[in-house]
Amino acid sequence: MDYTLILLTFSPLVGFLVLLFLKEEQKTALRWVALITSLVTFALSLWALAQFRMGEGGLQLVFDQPWFRLAESQVTFAMGVDGLGMLMILLTTFLTPLALLSTWSAVQERVKGFMIFFLLLETGMLGVFTAQDLVLFYIFWEFTLIPMYFLIGIWGGERRIYAAVKFFLFTMFGSVLMLLAILYLGLTAGTFSLSDLVLARQVFAGAQVWLWLAFALAFAIKVPMWPLHTWLPDAHVEAPTAGSVILAGVLLKMGSYGFLRFNLPLFPEATLQLAPYMAVLAVIGILYGAVVSFAQTDVKKLVAYSSVSHLGFVMLGIFALTAQGLAGSILQMVNHGLSTGALFLLVGMLYERRHTRQMSAYGGIWKVVPVLGAVMLFISLSSAGLPALNGFVGEFTILLGSFSSSTLGSPWFAGLGALGVILAAVYLLVMFERVFLGPVKHAENQSLKDMNLREVLTLLPIMIVILWIGLYPSFFFNLMNPTVSQLLATVQTAAMAIR
Amino acid sequence: MMITLNDVLTLLPAVVLLAWGVMMLVVDLFLPKERKAIIPLLAGLGAAAGLGVNLALTGYSQTGFNGMVVLDGFASFTNTLLLIAALFAVMLAYDYMRRMNIERSECCALMLISTAGMMMMVQAYDLIILFLALELFSIPLYVMSGLIRGKISSEEAALKYFLLGAFSSAFLLYGVAFLYGATQHTNLAGIVAAMQSGTANYIFLMLGVALLLVGLAFKLAIVPFHSWAPDVYQGAPTPVTGWMSVSVKIAALAALLRVFVVAFPSLSAQISPVLGVLAALTMIVGNVLALVQTNIKRLLAYSSIASAGYLLMAFVPYGQGEVASHAVAAGLFYMVGYLFTSFAAWAVVAAVEKAEGKDLEITSYAGLARRHPWLAVAMLIAMVSFIGVPPTLGFWGKFYLFRTALEGGLVWLALIGLLTSLFSAYYYLRVVVVMFMQPGEVEARREVWVNLLAVVSAGATLLLAFIPWQILDWATAAFLRFP
Repeated sequence: MDYTLILLTFSPLVGFLVLLFLKEEQKTALRWVALITSLVTFALSLWALAQFRMGEGGLQLVFDQPWFRLAESQVTFAMGVDGLGMLMILLTTFLTPLALLSTWSAVQERVKGFMIFFLLLETGMLGVFTAQDLVLFYIFWEFTLIPMYFLIGIWGGERRIYAAVKFFLFTMFGSVLMLLAILYLGLTAGTFSLSDLVLARQVFAGAQVWLWLAFALAFAIKVPMWPLHTWLPDAHVEAPTAGSVILAGVLLKMGSYGFLRFNLPLFPEATLQLAPYMAVLAVIGILYGAVVSFAQTDVKKLVAYSSVSHLGFVMLGIFALTAQGLAGSILQMVNHGLSTGALFLLVGMLYERRHTRQMSAYGGIWKVVPVLGAVMLFISLSSAGLPALNGFVGEFTILLGSFSSSTLGSPWFAGLGALGVILAAVYLLVMFERVFLGPVKHAENQSLKDMNLREVLTLLPIMIVILWIGLYPSFFFNLMNPTVSQLLATVQTAAMAIR
Repeated sequence: MMITLNDVLTLLPAVVLLAWGVMMLVVDLFLPKERKAIIPLLAGLGAAAGLGVNLALTGYSQTGFNGMVVLDGFASFTNTLLLIAALFAVMLAYDYMRRMNIERSECCALMLISTAGMMMMVQAYDLIILFLALELFSIPLYVMSGLIRGKISSEEAALKYFLLGAFSSAFLLYGVAFLYGATQHTNLAGIVAAMQSGTANYIFLMLGVALLLVGLAFKLAIVPFHSWAPDVYQGAPTPVTGWMSVSVKIAALAALLRVFVVAFPSLSAQISPVLGVLAALTMIVGNVLALVQTNIKRLLAYSSIASAGYLLMAFVPYGQGEVASHAVAAGLFYMVGYLFTSFAAWAVVAAVEKAEGKDLEITSYAGLARRHPWLAVAMLIAMVSFIGVPPTLGFWGKFYLFRTALEGGLVWLALIGLLTSLFSAYYYLRVVVVMFMQPGEVEARREVWVNLLAVVSAGATLLLAFIPWQILDWATAAFLRFP
């Protein structure tokens, strides 16, 4: 019995308890408690990484305790990580303190509530990535809705309430069918434990297309895949900076993670059968997101729509069902978390200075804020997939994987996907040009302040990791490879059985 | 017939409450006006005494009065809930009645007497007792909903409730008559025996069952017999509404469960489809109409209609042996969650409400989170639990109900239930939006009992959700006594 993951997942709650006893007026103390808690959680995740044996497939750091029985079906309190889970945990614990750091000057109202919801959200997300029982997973999955709903609804922009309610209802709509599928699985197989369900999968194999779709709807909304993406621009644009960072950085990954964790191993035959359709939606998402990004005048909206495009890549890689595709997707999940998270941080900094996100309000400000400009260029290039930076490695691997995919059976998927890479370079560079290059257009921009130390400290860790992945991705591939081979083996066995 | 000690023991909790209630009416006559504040305290003691007796008797299983009433695990469980509800109701009423200038001591006494009726209804093993108990708990309710004399909506509520309630009683009694005609018995054991021996007249039997169902459906506010509920809930004094929305539901559903699971499982092929349609209608209509409500009491009224639909959903496959016992356990579990969740919400409503029913609009809750964070969080927990989001009792309640529906092969019904839950998220969230996200200056009462009730109920809704299996185990152990 290993308690590492329990400790890790619930460690933000310690901070939450401390926060409860602080007063609203003690803003500095509230901020520090939240930040320190999230740093402790990050340290715990590094400790978990240290214990993690790379190169081994299967779950590690397993905590598996029978929890209670639901009539005849066993619910287990099962937690564990494989390479995929480990990466997602690291992404979560890495981005949370940075997001909190970005609130230092941005969040001045109701600081206590903000910090409370943020820490609750972190526990929810970590629970999603560690839970190995469907009921436990569902509890965490649903629970993340509440803190995020408040983060958008209280601290968001002008249309925050609309965006928050839309976010809640869209996600819950997906979850509702997933709950039905989970109940069905538990009833037919007598257990809710994921590993037991995978072993017993013949019992429900007859209904697997329906079950697959029920899970897929929940995950596709979260990703979000075209045409279920409409909640995302609203939520992103209205959310406060830290909320956007976590939303893009981690919450969206819960969708693609769900596909990898549940749809593939539980229903491999259905996965094979439906993969081409998903790939079509993914490619549409890549192109649609890119084209719509191009048309934006609001920087934050542009970044939001670019997420639709980037996550299209992730989905394409998953449903190519090849080793490169899967590995590329997992890496791209991390990449998108870092690059888009950083872009949202930068947009937030611009907004704090000028209180507008319209590109037309800027222009030529690189001269005024050289550090901010340089960082923005670096991050934009990483998001656009410049070689030697993280995005390139991920997108390249995904395209390679989908090009040779026998499941998809056509190079067109990769071809159209590659078009998305070019488009991304175009819209990001156009954005950069309009905001930073040329002469200073507006007099009030002459006196903009450059990044301060806190802001540099927020972005520097992300930039370091971006470079790390770009130059030396093998650490990340080594971490995930056993997981990828295992997933692939499941699908290939199913493919043999079909033939 | 001699009344034995055994007979008295079977009904003891109800008898204690009834006697206490009557005693309070007498005591009230001798109390000077300035000492009336002691009355709620007395009522609380009475409910506590009843609870003590009931808990002491838990585990006994016996019949009394020639098999006309029964004490079993099921009755002990629901009686516990009813008594807790009575205690909570007294807490809710304590300050409210004085503040609204309707400090009428008979209110608390009537509450106890009515609770006694509900407990008898749960314990009834004979349709005549069922009817008597129904009247015993209903008549005080008619009086209590009209307690705010001179306020039109309260008087309207009382009259509406009385007329429709009388109707439903008549339906029920007519049903009992048909069943007697069909089987020559009013006792459940006798009815079962007559049905098994094949001497029962099938047409009369079905007519009787249908009328019985209509009568109970009225009390449960199941669509299409729900139309009284929003008006009555809105017009009645808030503590009465809160209590009624919980207790009546528990009592009527428990009676429905007992009568149908014990006596009519063999008719489930005919009855289950009807129940399925009623459950679906109730979930849809309750949730859809709740969407357009602006008054918090009406919103909670529709929400309670919807809850009856969820409860009924799990009960649809009641004829399938094993599933039936799961349905009973899931139903009891849901009621526990419903009890705490509802009282958390109603306590906040009572705390915010001003004289003459002011501040009952949802919009008037703006700014509650700033002014009274505890109350707002209590309401938040209640709303989240009503939607069915973890970690709350409401989540597990729905989880078990849906599971039973699936187990009974009712995928379509579970789907309707889940989709209507999604609808419900919209209107419950509206309350949260107003409380937390809109500026306002709402003032709530700083009254110790109401605040305590809000915190205790919301706390239970949240904390018990971490040990749901404990409650489910109790509910599963709460077996029904079969003939």
